Amino acid sequence: MTRVAVVRFPGSNCETESLLAVTRAGGHATLVDYRDTDLGQSDAVILPGGFSYGDYLRSGAIARFAPVMTAVKTLADAGGAVIGICNGFQILCEAHLLPGALQHNAQQRFAARPVDVRIERTDSVCTTDYEPGEVIRIPIAHGEGRYVADEATLDALERDNKVLLRYVTVPGTDMPYNPNGSMRDIAGICNSTGTVVGFMPHPERLAEQELGSDAGQRFFTSLMRRVASGVAA
Amino acid sequence: MTAIAMAEPFPGERAVTDDVVREHKLNATEYTAILTLLGRTPTLTELGIFSALWSEHCSYKHTKPVLRRFPVDGPQVVQGPGENAGVLRLPDGWAVAFKIESHNHPSAVEPYQGAATGVGGILRDVFTMGARPVAVLNSLRLGPLDDARNRYLFAGIVKGVGDYGNCMGIPTLGGDVCFSPCYTGNPLVNAMAVGVLRESDLITARAHGVGNILLAVGASTGRDGIHGASFASEDLTSESQKRRPQVQVGDPFTEKLLLEASLELITGGYIVAIQDMGAAGLTSSSAEMAARGGVGVEVDTSKVPTREAGMTPYEIMLSESQERMLVVAEPHRIEEIQRVCRKWELDATAIGLVTDDGIFRIVHDGRVVAAIPGQELVDGCPMYSPPAEESATAKARRSLTPSLKGPEPVAALERLLDAPTIASKRWVFEQYDGTVRANSVIPPGSDAGVLRVAGTDFGIAMTVDCNARHVLLDPYEGGKGAVAEAARNIACTGARPLGVTDCLNFGNPEKSDIFFQFTEACRGIGDACRAFGTPVTGGNVSLYNQSPMGPIDPTPTVGMVGLLADVNKTVPSHFQYNGDAILLLGETRGHLGGSAYWAEVLDTVGGAPPSIDLAAERALQDVLVEAAERCLLTSAHDLSDGGLAVALAECCIGGPWDIVTMGAEVDLGRHADSVSDEGWLFGEDGARALVSCSPTYVVEVQRLAHAHGIQCHYLGLVGEDGSDVIIRRDGRAWQWPVARLRAIYLDAIPRRMAAVTTADGGS
Repeated sequence: MTRVAVVRFPGSNCETESLLAVTRAGGHATLVDYRDTDLGQSDAVILPGGFSYGDYLRSGAIARFAPVMTAVKTLADAGGAVIGICNGFQILCEAHLLPGALQHNAQQRFAARPVDVRIERTDSVCTTDYEPGEVIRIPIAHGEGRYVADEATLDALERDNKVLLRYVTVPGTDMPYNPNGSMRDIAGICNSTGTVVGFMPHPERLAEQELGSDAGQRFFTSLMRRVASGVAA
Repeated sequence: MTAIAMAEPFPGERAVTDDVVREHKLNATEYTAILTLLGRTPTLTELGIFSALWSEHCSYKHTKPVLRRFPVDGPQVVQGPGENAGVLRLPDGWAVAFKIESHNHPSAVEPYQGAATGVGGILRDVFTMGARPVAVLNSLRLGPLDDARNRYLFAGIVKGVGDYGNCMGIPTLGGDVCFSPCYTGNPLVNAMAVGVLRESDLITARAHGVGNILLAVGASTGRDGIHGASFASEDLTSESQKRRPQVQVGDPFTEKLLLEASLELITGGYIVAIQDMGAAGLTSSSAEMAARGGVGVEVDTSKVPTREAGMTPYEIMLSESQERMLVVAEPHRIEEIQRVCRKWELDATAIGLVTDDGIFRIVHDGRVVAAIPGQELVDGCPMYSPPAEESATAKARRSLTPSLKGPEPVAALERLLDAPTIASKRWVFEQYDGTVRANSVIPPGSDAGVLRVAGTDFGIAMTVDCNARHVLLDPYEGGKGAVAEAARNIACTGARPLGVTDCLNFGNPEKSDIFFQFTEACRGIGDACRAFGTPVTGGNVSLYNQSPMGPIDPTPTVGMVGLLADVNKTVPSHFQYNGDAILLLGETRGHLGGSAYWAEVLDTVGGAPPSIDLAAERALQDVLVEAAERCLLTSAHDLSDGGLAVALAECCIGGPWDIVTMGAEVDLGRHADSVSDEGWLFGEDGARALVSCSPTYVVEVQRLAHAHGIQCHYLGLVGEDGSDVIIRRDGRAWQWPVARLRAIYLDAIPRRMAAVTTADGGS
């Protein structure tokens, strides 16, 4: 069974639904404390959403120094699956495991709403169960989700196919389709092998029909399939 | 006089003179009572303690006799009023803890922190019962958005509410936001928290066990918020801005740690009692826990961890620094408690002990600086029964009628949908995380929020409501109406109303017309709660809500929770399917007095509001709950502000983020009667709901309604996506493209907020 570590920083608050999403997908999920220095026998690690250390300074700025991050980096370097959701994405950028940064939303207000995102790449560790170009609607909830990078980095992301999710507009919607002013409408990115991924939306929150949609659940079934097939470390 | 217990002034503190007594907002009667109780002149520390606990906020000195008339019992009640939160029984050993509280005065002078700490305080009230907070709701009242300061307050309050709950990871599931000139200068911020617990884990704030230890857990104590409780007990004036330093500063990250540590301490059985250091801080928490347990306490303020050196016992006892808990535990548990707290990176410091002499004693560096009989300190404040009489102005208001002639219904409905009180609050709740924890079945934007309880079949529906205009015009009927509207909102989701928490926001009770509003509104709330079998389990009273511009409209906000036996049978508010039948439940008499139509379109706040038929309301709730259980309905929405036309428009417009908007075609003409067009479209008679169902169920729904004595009118059909909303009556027809209605409804608040200004140098 695929073993997934879900790291709990003191201010994490999405760890429970992340654990459940993994369990529903057939994986074995365990909570790992931010003070731990190894991830046990985990095949994959999820850095869940929340406010790791209150994030009064800058989201993820302190979390990157947490003891557990050394083990996360080791797993990433070994080709293991590392997934950062929302605050987890912010932490991966702060830790330079992914390029760019997440700034305050352009409108300077917290944004909690559904967004429509297109799956730009289906060979990452958590998107294999989606169709190329498929558009799904899942929630966001963040104050600092505006993806920024310099032009060269953005061009390189596009060229190397490292944009994982992109905000798109769908007919009938009356919301700004890009909820935070992210450059190039980027909602999520990955490394070149698709094993280290980070994105702002929360697929784990909309992964059961009982809540109206299971659009996000395939992130977790994809992860199980990819890890089981040995592509990751 | 003989002193009961001796205390000496702390070195350097001021002598207690008449001026100092006045500064502490204690009147001559109260000060005489203190002298009699102590048998000597109080020390300054003692005077500060009395001023906090005998403030209106803590003592309820004007309101207790009235509040005692609320129904508080029922088979579902686990914990009624008097604790940090009320608790009601759910199936399978589960229980729900919930409470609402105001943070009006702080928010008037420092909107961001005032609102944020309001959320923090109410969350602590819930988790000190042993419940994990699962949702927050809020009721916000502000002056009109054409005023720059009102926009500044609104933006700051919403951001404050949002940032705190978002960081804690607790979804905001609902709320109401209303705008009226009466709240300019005195906004209302009422926050409600809902928590879930195993009934067996319930813990109360009752100190017992002589020799047990008092521990301060969480943040250290600073000089912020001193005298917050007494600030909350006076009118807001032009001087109130100087109170900004008395507004506490919130730290939701520490609160999150405190939440986890507290729940671990409670469920692990490590502690005897726990209470939040909220209003009046260490003073109220220690004095109230001791009085409830019938014991004394001794607190050594020199042991309390402080943020700065040199804090006096007076400051330490009266600080309202946030994110602090007072815990009572057996001495041999201290190390385990400190271990749990360390895990959450918090301090737990022994600062006192439970004693057997009933005295509330404060020592500092070995010197007794306060010694007060504990029970009398908490219960001994003189009570007041001010005269209650309705003013002539208020009576005259009930016979007012509009002098204007109304516009055509097409324009009138558009005006109503553009009124910020009625319009979509998407701008507000897109700043609140409504989906964290992945249990939100109905997030904000509907009649009531619905949350599933993980691992069970059932769900909890929750709402906050109050039509303050109705309360202003007729406090008794308005009070009934607030409970009835909340219950209708709950029942529309298919849930059975369970119980109430109330936040009673009024002006200065020493004025007879205000006290009349208070007593009558409470009588209305009590009668409605009795009729619905929904006991009042606690709440909060906020008085002195008046600025130099006058008192606020009486605003008794009702928070209600309900039980959905099968959460998979939750009924949404909005139309779902093209071709569904639209039915109106309840009787339409066309009552326009006190209506939003008169207020928003015809500029008249007047007339008598509709009288609430409690039996009909109860019957309507039964119909809605039974119809949901039998899966007959595809949507249900209550009729309130703006009547049938607004409800129909909202059902078509859909949820805040819906892509699909439904048309509708209804005909009121088949119901020949003497009601005017305006009365049909915009009247606000109670006990009504607009429902939709598959055409094959129409007869079933009608049969069910009639069995309960509720009228059921077939109005027409839901139309297709993006079509028109058409209302016909006797050859007349009014028609709107649904896209136009949605645009008006959604844009009303963002359009006005586009020019957010920082009128006061704030956030």
